[in-house]
Amino acid sequence: MSCLQTISDYAFRSLGYGERLLPRGDFTLCQQFTLIGSGMIWNVYFGVLALLAGFFLAVTLAVGKSSANPMARKPAEWFIFVFRGSPLFIQFFFGYFLFLSLKSVSSVFDPFTSAALGALVVLFLNTSAYTAEIFYGALLSIPKGDVEAADAYGMTGFKRFRRITFPTMLRLAWPSYTNEAIFLFHATTLVFFSGFPALRQKGDALYYASYFADKTFNPFVPYPILAGYFILLTLVLIGLFGVANRRLNRHMPQTKLPRMKFRLNLIR
Amino acid sequence: MFSYCTDPSTLDNLAWLSCYLTTGKHSAMYVSVFVVLLLLAITAPMALLFGFGAATASRSTILPLRWLGRAYTSIVRGVPDIAFFLFFVIALDQGFEWLRHKVKCPDWDEPIRRGVDFVVCDAAKLPLGNAPQWVHETYGFFLAVLTFAIVFGAFAANVMYGAMQTVPRAQLETAEAYGMTRRQTFWRVLVPQMWVYALPGLSNLWMVLIKATPLLFLLGVEDIVYWARELGGTQNPRFTDYPHGDWRMWYFLALLVFYLMFTKVSEVVLDRIMKRLTKGQATMGGEAQRKAAA
Amino acid sequence: MKKLVLSTAALALTAGFAMADGHGVVRLGTEGAYEPWNFVNDAGEIDGFERDLGDELCERAELTCEWVKNDWDSIIPNLVSGNYDAIIAGMSITAEREEVIDFTQGYTPPDPSAYLSLDAGVDLEGGIIAAQASTLQAAFIADQGWTLIEFATPEETVAAVRNGEADAVLADSSFIDTVVGTDGLVKLERTEAIGGGVGMGFRESDAELRGKFDAAITSMKEDGSLNELIAKWQVSSQW
Repeated sequence: MSCLQTISDYAFRSLGYGERLLPRGDFTLCQQFTLIGSGMIWNVYFGVLALLAGFFLAVTLAVGKSSANPMARKPAEWFIFVFRGSPLFIQFFFGYFLFLSLKSVSSVFDPFTSAALGALVVLFLNTSAYTAEIFYGALLSIPKGDVEAADAYGMTGFKRFRRITFPTMLRLAWPSYTNEAIFLFHATTLVFFSGFPALRQKGDALYYASYFADKTFNPFVPYPILAGYFILLTLVLIGLFGVANRRLNRHMPQTKLPRMKFRLNLIR
Repeated sequence: MFSYCTDPSTLDNLAWLSCYLTTGKHSAMYVSVFVVLLLLAITAPMALLFGFGAATASRSTILPLRWLGRAYTSIVRGVPDIAFFLFFVIALDQGFEWLRHKVKCPDWDEPIRRGVDFVVCDAAKLPLGNAPQWVHETYGFFLAVLTFAIVFGAFAANVMYGAMQTVPRAQLETAEAYGMTRRQTFWRVLVPQMWVYALPGLSNLWMVLIKATPLLFLLGVEDIVYWARELGGTQNPRFTDYPHGDWRMWYFLALLVFYLMFTKVSEVVLDRIMKRLTKGQATMGGEAQRKAAA
Repeated sequence: MKKLVLSTAALALTAGFAMADGHGVVRLGTEGAYEPWNFVNDAGEIDGFERDLGDELCERAELTCEWVKNDWDSIIPNLVSGNYDAIIAGMSITAEREEVIDFTQGYTPPDPSAYLSLDAGVDLEGGIIAAQASTLQAAFIADQGWTLIEFATPEETVAAVRNGEADAVLADSSFIDTVVGTDGLVKLERTEAIGGGVGMGFRESDAELRGKFDAAITSMKEDGSLNELIAKWQVSSQW
């Protein structure tokens, strides 16, 4: 079987299209590359959606945590503490368990026990907490002068937040936020590994990598392939976030512009 | 454990629980808590060492060394830690045995790789085939520590590299003006000052390291999570004196509390270290401390 | 990275242990999570059918044996890289595995796999069937073209049937027997003949050691003590 044939058979296997049976016997490198690559679709799906949705919740939480009102501050603090303080896989376990119990309450929750939705919700809450902490730190380091200047212009409330506080916060938080994004994508490998069940052998990159490792009894081929895919993904992310970073900083004096540093490290 | 535990099925709740929680299997779980703590205690300084080495290499004036430092940090950071753990320990183990084989059995003429088999001479086995089980376990533990240190060393290197770059240039220039050599400037000025800039990133890394310990069972070390799964799963009356249903939820709840408490304690301790390190530093925090004292 | 690894490797080399003499101790690798074959008992020790069997075999082969627990997923890679000398973990003899390791003769006869469900009349073709990931049973369901849902542990597959996530579980008959009857779970009439008997696995380069265990198994089969053990633990049909 030619490699092109393999690619057309298995490129979308992780979504349930193409050849129904996974390869069994005479495993080729091409099959491993194709299927593990196919699994990456799920990793990207979880990563992108959780990141996008998490962004909005994170901003809300960060504002909440920096609020003077304890009614807003306490819940935000607790949410961030619980989700940052516990391992992701325990969150997956309780998430799955919770969705199962909710299922008997109402059929609205039926789709939540599948990885596609349930795991996404857990990842979304998790990344929101981590991102919120980053944004909170950035909110605290906004130069006092900026806010005073906004006051002098008569900006208050939401207008001040939208024009001054929010853009500055984003600019300051961006390097750490990039790291969080990278680690969120890495964390998506835990979904099928210790969280949710895989239906009809549709799984993520790690699911297929361990399938091959199990069938060939040789971990030294599939896992490095998986690693290679993730290094590529990480490079793409760094590139995209770098473009955004330049845009966020475009009004700053360009010579003084600090090179984007990936320093703070946040994984779970 | 207790004398009344001989027939647990006759006991009432509290007495039953006291017996249940003191079985040999549960003791193994309590021991594993210490194993995890020990691992963290050894891994943290080792990862710092790796990180320091790689960060220094990344700033080196020797090109190949710089490449090596940068390649290490960027490759290891680009790979999800599970993917790394799944094959790295076996690779590390085989690497060590291969090296020992080359040293100890130079006249071995059979191939080392036979199909998938990895066969080295008996003297090169790590640990030796007839070593007692605790030696094997210690060796496994050591491999796990090394793997963790390599992974987290890359992250630490990244943090420390950034911190070294952040130390104000003027400080280094002053050192040079005093006639210090490159080496002296590095050790006497750069390194002592770097820590305060590195600490926020390193404390974050510590939190992450704590939460990576559930992956230990992938490295062949039986950690808390392994035992929580094992003990929490449905116990069949045929094979145990303490049958029960699926109790994983309660065990995982206990783990959750353990991890949250550990995080809280770490936050408090790291806060204190930060306060101490900022003392006398040319930063906002240091300035604030100075003013408060004056 | 290489430099760092090498320097630690040098440490490991010099810190090595002085004496060495071949197979003084035979290390037996098992999973410790597969009732009634092998599991961890209340005292925290490895117990079960294979514990009894392994100890008896070692005695007959006049070997000193030691038990090692290893995760199922990496049980074969760790054998071939020499971390223990034999696998005795309820492992079915299959052609796939035969390519990588060598088996002794089976110590239990091939037994069919069975289904567990809440409903004796469940529709297997149209329903969702649970199995432990990367087992023979999972591959079988996928082959049939039924809807397979995979869980990391056997525990979770049964939990999935209890809470309605899956309609049935396909697993070894001896495992099904340990849970059947609880919470209204029933064993279906239908069984599937998958997998050969269960044997001990060895490295292909370790034929001598395999021969010793093979002979011990033969002697246990002949004097009927193997059948006694099988009956004691109810793991399979008898010889």
